[in-house]
Amino acid sequence: MSSTVTSGGERVQRGKVRAGRPGAVWALPAVLFFTFFAVVPMALAFYLSFTKWDGLGDPKPVGLANWQKLLDDPRLTQSLTLTVLLTAASWAFQTVVALLLGVWAAGRQRNRAVLSAIFFVPFLLSSTAISVLFYALLDPNFGIIQKDTLGSSSGAFLAIVFVGGWQFIPFHTLIYQGGARQIPPVLYQAAAIDGAGRYRQFFSITLPQLRHTITTSTVLIVVGSLTYFETVLILTKGGPGTDTAILPYLMYEAGFKTYDFGYASAIASALVLAATGLSLILIRLTGFGGMRSTREGM
Amino acid sequence: MESNRGRSTGSAGTAFSRRWVLGAGASALLTTGLSACGSGEGSGGGGDTITAFVYGDDAVKVQAAAVTRFNRSAASKTAKGKVKLEKIPGSDYLPKLRTAMGSPSAPDVFFNWGGGSIKAYQEADKIVDLTDVIENDPVLKNGFLPSVLAAGDLKGRHYGIPMRGMQPVILFYNKTVFAEQKLQPPTTWDQLLDINTKLKKAGITPFALGGSDLWPELMWLEYLVDRIGGPEVFRRIQDGDAEGWGDPAVLKAAEMVKELVDDGAFGSKFTSVSYVNGGAPAVFAKGKAAMHLMGSWEYSTQLGKFPDFAKSNLGWAAFPKIEDGVGDVRNVVGNPTNYWSINPRTQNRDAAIAFLKDCASEAYAKDLVALGDVPTTSNAAALLSSAPNPEYARFQYDLVQQAPAFTLSWDQALGDELGTKMHTEIGKLFTGKSAPSEFVSACKGLK
Repeated sequence: MSSTVTSGGERVQRGKVRAGRPGAVWALPAVLFFTFFAVVPMALAFYLSFTKWDGLGDPKPVGLANWQKLLDDPRLTQSLTLTVLLTAASWAFQTVVALLLGVWAAGRQRNRAVLSAIFFVPFLLSSTAISVLFYALLDPNFGIIQKDTLGSSSGAFLAIVFVGGWQFIPFHTLIYQGGARQIPPVLYQAAAIDGAGRYRQFFSITLPQLRHTITTSTVLIVVGSLTYFETVLILTKGGPGTDTAILPYLMYEAGFKTYDFGYASAIASALVLAATGLSLILIRLTGFGGMRSTREGM
Repeated sequence: MESNRGRSTGSAGTAFSRRWVLGAGASALLTTGLSACGSGEGSGGGGDTITAFVYGDDAVKVQAAAVTRFNRSAASKTAKGKVKLEKIPGSDYLPKLRTAMGSPSAPDVFFNWGGGSIKAYQEADKIVDLTDVIENDPVLKNGFLPSVLAAGDLKGRHYGIPMRGMQPVILFYNKTVFAEQKLQPPTTWDQLLDINTKLKKAGITPFALGGSDLWPELMWLEYLVDRIGGPEVFRRIQDGDAEGWGDPAVLKAAEMVKELVDDGAFGSKFTSVSYVNGGAPAVFAKGKAAMHLMGSWEYSTQLGKFPDFAKSNLGWAAFPKIEDGVGDVRNVVGNPTNYWSINPRTQNRDAAIAFLKDCASEAYAKDLVALGDVPTTSNAAALLSSAPNPEYARFQYDLVQQAPAFTLSWDQALGDELGTKMHTEIGKLFTGKSAPSEFVSACKGLK
C-alpha cells in the first residue's frame, strides 16, 4: 500500500514540476529550425567529407582520402597557425577594448547612454558592407592610408584584426556593460570605506565580478574568429600570397573555387569539431558550466 | 543517342532530391551568402520559358536586347518558347552556376568561357554537343569566325556559340604621359625596359597592375611565355602535361617577371590594388602609371569611369617582341570570346537553339559594336565603322584576324581547379614569396 502512496506522491510531484516549467513542445520550433538549418547540413557536410564531388555529378565515396589530404596539405599548417594567431589577436584586442568601454558605459550618466548607442552602430552593419568600406579606406592610391597595407603580410593581418574588432567590439561592450551593471554598488561602497581607489576597485571588484561575462564573451570571440570569413574574402582574398588564408577561406577556396566539395567538407567538419572542442574546454576550464553565482557572499 | 539522353534525364530526375539536398548542404556549410538556386523557373519546372544564366556586367545589355528580340520573334513562336535572362553579378557567377547546375533550378542556357571552363560540365554530361547542330545549320556554320568557334572547343567538338566580343590582351598606354616624356609605345623588350627607366626617373610608375585580383598578373606570364617559347609551350600544359611547366620559356618568363617587380615596374603597392573595384584603371587614367596590360575591355571600363581619358588619352599597342624569343610577335593571348552553351536537361531544346542563332544576326553584332566590342561574327568587319571608336575597333579586329595563334587565358584553359591553384602560385611569384625556380617546380606539381 505504502508503495502506491509513494508512487502517487511522485506522480503529483512530477505534475508540479511540469506545471512549473514550460513543456518540451515550447522548444519545438527552435529544435526544428536547428535540426533543418544546422544539424542536417552539418551531417551532410560530414557525409560529403568522405566523398569526391565536383558539384555536378553524384558524390563518389572515397573513404578517408579527403581527411588524409587534409593532414598532408602543407597549407593546413599555415592556415591553422594563422587561425590561432588571428583568434588570439582578436581576443586580446576585442576583450581589452570592450571590457574598458563596457565598464565605462555601465555608469548611469546620460552622455554615456548616448555614446553607448553610437558605439553600437558598427555592429548593426553587415560584415560585407564593413569590409567593402575598409577596403576603400585602405586603397593604396586613393584611400586615407596610402600605404601597401593589404599587400604586406603583417599589414593585411592587422587590418583583418582591426576590422573584425571594429565590428564586434560594440557587441562585447554591450555584454560587459550589462555585466558591470549587475555588480551590486554596496561592494564599491564598502571598498571605498576601506580606502580602495579607482584602480584597486576595478581589479579587486569589477574584474572578478565580470568573470562569467568574460567567459561568455571569450567563447563568442574564439568561436567567431574560427569562422571569420567575409572580411578575409573581401579585404585580402587570403593574400598577399597565402598569408591570410585562414581555415574558413581555405574551405571556401576548396569548395567554390576549385569545386572540390568533398575536401571543403572535410575542412568544414574539422572546423566544427575544433570549435565545439574549444568552447567545451573554455567552459570547463572557467567553471562556467557549473552556473555558480558570481555574487559571492550575497 | 536520343533515347540514351532520354534515359539519363530520367535517372537524373530520380536523383534530384538527393543531389539537391547535398547541394543545399554544401552551400549551407559554406556560409558565403550565395544562394544555391537563382529562380524558381528552371528546366525542372517545365513550361515554355527557358532560363539563361549570364555574367552580369555592363555588356549584359546586348544579351538583354537579344532576349527581348527573340521573345517577340517568329522563331520563338515556332519553337513555343520564351527566354528569361538571369543576370548574375560577375564575382558570384562561377560558384552560382556550379551550384545551380547540380540542382533542379539549373539554367537551360548558360554563359561560359569555353575550353577548360566547361570541361567538368562536359564530363558530367551537363552540356550539349553542338557540333552537328552547327554543321547542319548555315546560319551558325557561316555566322562566326571559324578560329573563334574552334577556340572554345573541347577535343575538337563544339559546345558553345560565340556571344560576346573578342577580348585580346592589349598593351594600353597613357598618350599624355608618353607625349610629356617624349616616348613611343615599345615594340621590343629592350625599348620597354628603356621606357621603364625613363618613367621611373620622372617619378611615374611604368605599369598599373591590379595584383590583388591575381589574373591581371597572369596576363604578363601568358605574353612572356608566348613571346619567348611560342604558343606550343602552353598548349602542352593545357593538354595535360604538367612537365610542360619545366620548359625553359616558363622559367625565363618567371625570371623576367621577377626583374620587373624588383625593378619597380609595377610600383610598390600593386599587391593591394584591384582591377575589379576600379583601382588599377584609376591609377592608369590619372597618370600615376603610364601603361596597363589588360584585356580589350579596358576601353569600355575607362569609357565608363573616365570618359575623357578613354576618348582622348588612351593609346594601345601590341605586346612587344622579345629579342631572342621564338614566338611570333603577332600572337595574341586573352579570351577569344564568351559562349552560350545548352544544358541537356532543357525542356525546350528547339527554343534554346533558336535563341542562340540570334547571336549570329546583324542586329546582335550591331549591339556589340555599339558597346565598343568587336563581334566575332563573320559580318563584323563591315560594322566596325559605326563603333564608338572605329580606330580602336579596327586595331582589335586586325590584331585578332592576323594572329597566327590566339592562346586562351591560362586559367580558363586549365579549368577552375588548376586555374585557382596556378593563380596562387603566380601571386607568390609576384610578391616575391617564391623564386622563379620555385614557381616552376610548384606549377609542375599542380594536379
